[in-house]
Amino acid sequence: MRRVQDQLSSAGIHLVLLAWTLLALFPLTLIVINSFKTRKAIFGDPLGLPTGKALTLSGYESVMTNSDFPMFFSNSLIVTSVSLFLILLFGAMAAHAVSEYEFRGNSIISLYLIVGIMVPIRLGTVALLNLIVDLGLANTLTALILVYTAQGLPIAIFIFSEFLRSVSREIKDSARIDGLSEYRIFFEVVIPLVRPVIATVAVFSMIPIWNDLWFPLILSPGEETRTVTLGVQQFIGQYSVKWGSVLAALSVAILPVLIMYVIFSRQLIRGITSGAVKG
Amino acid sequence: MATLELRGVEKFFGTTQVIHDMNLSVADGELVVFVGPSGCGKSTLLRMIAGLETLSSGEIHIDGRRVDYQPPSRRGIAMVFQSYALYPHKDVRGNLGFSLKHDKVEKSEIDRRVNIAADILGLQDLMSRKPRELSGGQRQRVAIGRAIVREPKVFLFDEPLSNLDAALRVHMRVEILKLHQRLQNTMVYVTHDQVEAMTLADRIVVFRAGRVEQTGTPLELYRTPANRFVAGFIGSPAMNFLNITCKHGTVLLAERSVCQSTHPDGEATLGVRPEHLQVDESGPFSGEVSVFEHLGGEAFVHLTLSDGQELVARLDGEHRFKPGDTCTLGIAAEKCHVFNQAGLRVDR
Ligand SMILES: Nc1ncnc2c1ncn2[C@@H]1O[C@H](COP(=O)(O)OP(=O)(O)OP(=O)(O)O)[C@@H](O)[C@H]1O
Ligand SMILES: [Mg+2]
Repeated sequence: MRRVQDQLSSAGIHLVLLAWTLLALFPLTLIVINSFKTRKAIFGDPLGLPTGKALTLSGYESVMTNSDFPMFFSNSLIVTSVSLFLILLFGAMAAHAVSEYEFRGNSIISLYLIVGIMVPIRLGTVALLNLIVDLGLANTLTALILVYTAQGLPIAIFIFSEFLRSVSREIKDSARIDGLSEYRIFFEVVIPLVRPVIATVAVFSMIPIWNDLWFPLILSPGEETRTVTLGVQQFIGQYSVKWGSVLAALSVAILPVLIMYVIFSRQLIRGITSGAVKG
Repeated sequence: MATLELRGVEKFFGTTQVIHDMNLSVADGELVVFVGPSGCGKSTLLRMIAGLETLSSGEIHIDGRRVDYQPPSRRGIAMVFQSYALYPHKDVRGNLGFSLKHDKVEKSEIDRRVNIAADILGLQDLMSRKPRELSGGQRQRVAIGRAIVREPKVFLFDEPLSNLDAALRVHMRVEILKLHQRLQNTMVYVTHDQVEAMTLADRIVVFRAGRVEQTGTPLELYRTPANRFVAGFIGSPAMNFLNITCKHGTVLLAERSVCQSTHPDGEATLGVRPEHLQVDESGPFSGEVSVFEHLGGEAFVHLTLSDGQELVARLDGEHRFKPGDTCTLGIAAEKCHVFNQAGLRVDR
């Protein structure tokens, strides 16, 4: 009796999850499907599958060969991965500093580091633009990287310090007795312990950067430094929109997010800390 | 092989002083146990010896060398923590060898020492497991093994067994004793557990609020506690304390003579251990049984004396009482302890 009930309720849960998944995947699927179709088929039968006469790779062809898309793509990739690396590195280090060491002004500094969560960085766009121009960084990827790193740090520090506080003090003390320097304690003991948190922070920080249109538009709209989101705009002309190309570009742009998510989500799930201390 | 000496060690956290002018020396090969109530500074002192906590003043010498300005890894100590503190992403072999690898010890030497430690602790079959795949007892053995491979001059243990269940604790206690007999190392061992303290220690140090109350062998502390605090702390179940009056060198409990004492006339406290009380119709402790607990080989009887004071006695298992029964107990005069109003023990 109990078994049947359990099975029923688990079936119910899966049904809800399935419905949710379908709903969430629907627009994505639509983009991917239509990217393989001719312009006529996109408008004639938006939900139809790309078969027979409707099937074409011309969207991909024009994106890959007749446009700067590969460059936009690599710009996005560089900006996102470098910013992500800096956010994770500095975020974890700053969080470690404020949660591990007792020093004067510790709580003020931790507050200062995370107060940025409450202030949208876009409010400072004008000041940022002036600063970037003064630094001679306008129309460079460096400008974007710096701004995104600043944008991502507060929330990263906040999440990291919550988790780093829960890392057992005795493990770090063991490492000290084993003769590790504070840097190696951070990199070899603390970081492996919070790997799942790194994955979480990475996923949370990556997507807004990859998808951002605002700062590329303002800080580096030049031909050479456009990112994917900005670059896609070139297919949207004043009089005609190359929908096939737009959709193809978007489909390709989804890939890195998808890949990184697959990599990180395995980490997200793995509870590596279990067994570290008691339990 | 080393001695450990603390000279005038003090520790402040902010403005609160948790260690007061601590002077202590541990002989070569001695196993000293620190006991004391929670928050009295045992862990803090141990961490100061290890170098994990700075000293506010004083000196620490290990093996005749002053170490208190040196980092933990240079002091020749190894520490075992209550929570095991293993590296979760390294397997047992990796955990054992980590400090040596870091010290750039040769590979063959690391293997040799790791294997010796694994043999001593019976870890050979577990070498490639991760900590999360081990039981609590096995984890603690790895933690001890990690200390052994360092070949330290002084071992420091901070309540290493308190996360284990009762049966395993007994087992590990014996293992630690064997380890000490085999390695003959100097060890400092912090515990809450009476039995661990009594069975392991060459010498026990009783702490209270950052000060040493008494040091001595387990039997010295048991037989001649310096004061009421130590008397109540050492021994399990705890000593009974009764309010008594002294008159002309005789200790009187509700007008009945218990024993002789040099305490001047007036109020005092009598300490009697539960295990020293026996059923004795002519004895001085008479009262009504409130609770009777039978454990098979022995039994605990809780008495409410005629003047309302409570008393616990450990009797052998042949005795049977029911709540409400009257019970009269006696004690050999030389087992009685008299404490004055300041809590200090008064000689007979
Ligand atoms: N980092 C710290 N900052 C401020 N006070 C501290 C700190 N560490 C310990 N204390 C205080 O110092 C005192 C001694 O603590 P300690 O951990 O040494 O006690 P303990 O004897 O080991 O207790 P237990 O038996 O519960 O482990 C406690 O009152 C504690 O609150
Ligand atoms: Mg402690």
